[in-house]
Amino acid sequence: MSYVWTIAEQSKGKLRGVSFELLSRGRKLADKMNTQLCSVLLGSNVSDEALQELIYRGADNVYFIDDPRLENFIVETHSNVLSDLIREYKPHTILAAATSSGRSLMPYVAIQVNTGLTADCTELDIEEGTKHLLQTRPAIGGNIMATIKTPNHDPQMATVRPKSSRPLPEDTGRVGKIIRLSLKDELVDNRVEMIGFRKDLEEFVNIEEAEVVVAGGKGMKKQENFGMLKELAKRFDGVVGASRDAVDRGWLPYPHQIGLSGKTISPKLYICAGISGSIQHLAGIKTSETIIAVNTDPDANIFQLADFGIIGNLFEVIPKLNQRLENYKKEGK
Amino acid sequence: MNIIIPIKQVPETSNVKMDKETGTMIRDGVESVINPLDLYAIELGIQLKEIHGGKVTVCTMGPPSAQKALREAIAMGCDDGILITDRKFAGADTWATSYTLSEAIKNMGSFDLVLAGERATDGDTGQVGPGIAAWLNIPLATYVSHVDEVTNTHITVERLVEEGYQILKMPLPTLLTVVKEVSDPRLPTLRGKKKARATEIPVFSTENMNLNEGSLGLKGSPTKVVKIDYPKVTRGGKMVSANGEEGINAAIDELIKFLEEKELI
Repeated sequence: MSYVWTIAEQSKGKLRGVSFELLSRGRKLADKMNTQLCSVLLGSNVSDEALQELIYRGADNVYFIDDPRLENFIVETHSNVLSDLIREYKPHTILAAATSSGRSLMPYVAIQVNTGLTADCTELDIEEGTKHLLQTRPAIGGNIMATIKTPNHDPQMATVRPKSSRPLPEDTGRVGKIIRLSLKDELVDNRVEMIGFRKDLEEFVNIEEAEVVVAGGKGMKKQENFGMLKELAKRFDGVVGASRDAVDRGWLPYPHQIGLSGKTISPKLYICAGISGSIQHLAGIKTSETIIAVNTDPDANIFQLADFGIIGNLFEVIPKLNQRLENYKKEGK
Repeated sequence: MNIIIPIKQVPETSNVKMDKETGTMIRDGVESVINPLDLYAIELGIQLKEIHGGKVTVCTMGPPSAQKALREAIAMGCDDGILITDRKFAGADTWATSYTLSEAIKNMGSFDLVLAGERATDGDTGQVGPGIAAWLNIPLATYVSHVDEVTNTHITVERLVEEGYQILKMPLPTLLTVVKEVSDPRLPTLRGKKKARATEIPVFSTENMNLNEGSLGLKGSPTKVVKIDYPKVTRGGKMVSANGEEGINAAIDELIKFLEEKELI
């Protein structure tokens, strides 16, 4: 049937935003091959409205395997189920999100169904003639863009970097089918047990899926100074990130770390202060849409990537910027 | 507790400078080091051995020169190193690499735990660890940030996910890929370095492993690189200096204008 599949993600019955980003990617590929786009969701307790939104945002069909045993992501069970679906329906292409679950599930599935997989793609296309999926990803710290294909194996599989594409607008005129499938007992793997979930950080952030990230580095000098960045982030409905230096100093916990040993992000707007820009850090922010940097050193690496750079003292610039944005909000200019 | 840690040798890039014209990194004279994220796995392995006994074996697939990475890991406190090397392994993608590593691990005798860095800083895929678990058909936890409890039969770990930390009780043997939060890597000791120099490193190759030749190296890799581009990453953005009260105000005026143009405010 050679359909294009995207793997939707849910958390506690709610669809996660990446599910819709994947559909906008998948729609382009399906249209190019003149085929259907299916959203595949493994989960539990997802409302009909949520499933319908998958159709409004690009899917032709939704396969929903609804079972309490799929509520929490357990890679062994989820990969058994997905591999079973792949063997049965033989999709042409599968796109999943490069999230903590997508990046665990897909490499496991690639071995189970014996096909290739390309990680963390930022561009996807279909090759004329062969219909192979052309998968482009940054490698070697973002210094090269490699285009990869899987010529002799099916399906064609890639994970896609969150925030590297925008969801399609909701089109309530779109019609599609919601197909509910039941979970086969033999696919449930009980070896691993989820015994809890911890979320005890005051502000647990998901910097990979934020539209705006405001980050600080060594130049912030101390933890208390991150207050001004939090304020700035709040003005953009964004979140606060940090360089490795700042995390190593204990100013922010590890989930905030941006760069090769932390998170790779592609926000709409990235603002950073007191970050000089190590190769590792730059690799983590290279695909950001707009980058604004504040640093005292005009030769700092970070300025080479900046769309707008301010050479100056962040302790003077950031508070002034906050004040200015406050006035801007009040006066609308 | 027998622990196996597959590691990778990668270019040392932490102090690398960028080419001002192109914004690409200057790779001349770049040294090879243990993948920084693998150090967290090594440290965790050594700590678990110190508490629970057993031994830690590091292995790496790469050219013969990669044994330097194994000796560094032994100098930190690992017991043994195994070099997995063969011309036929060259050019392997994550599928073929995880196949070869899983076969090598099967040849190392019984084990309780495989520990790996979440990803390597050069390839940056994070796919080899999960791939090994799938080949070995053992449970997998990725992004492990903390080990809560270890018993004779189970290990309880926390994995960092988008919304918090998922707590999983895993039966042994199992494979964990770890992130930085899991440990603080120690430095090699003088005694460790001495031991590392004296340790014999066995070599695994197609000659002493029973491998499916069609699954090895470039030839056995499902994915093929068809094109490499060197994007000019320098953005040539607008630069303003913010000196003194007036300078700062002017710079912020410009920035506000920029944000308006980009429709970001």
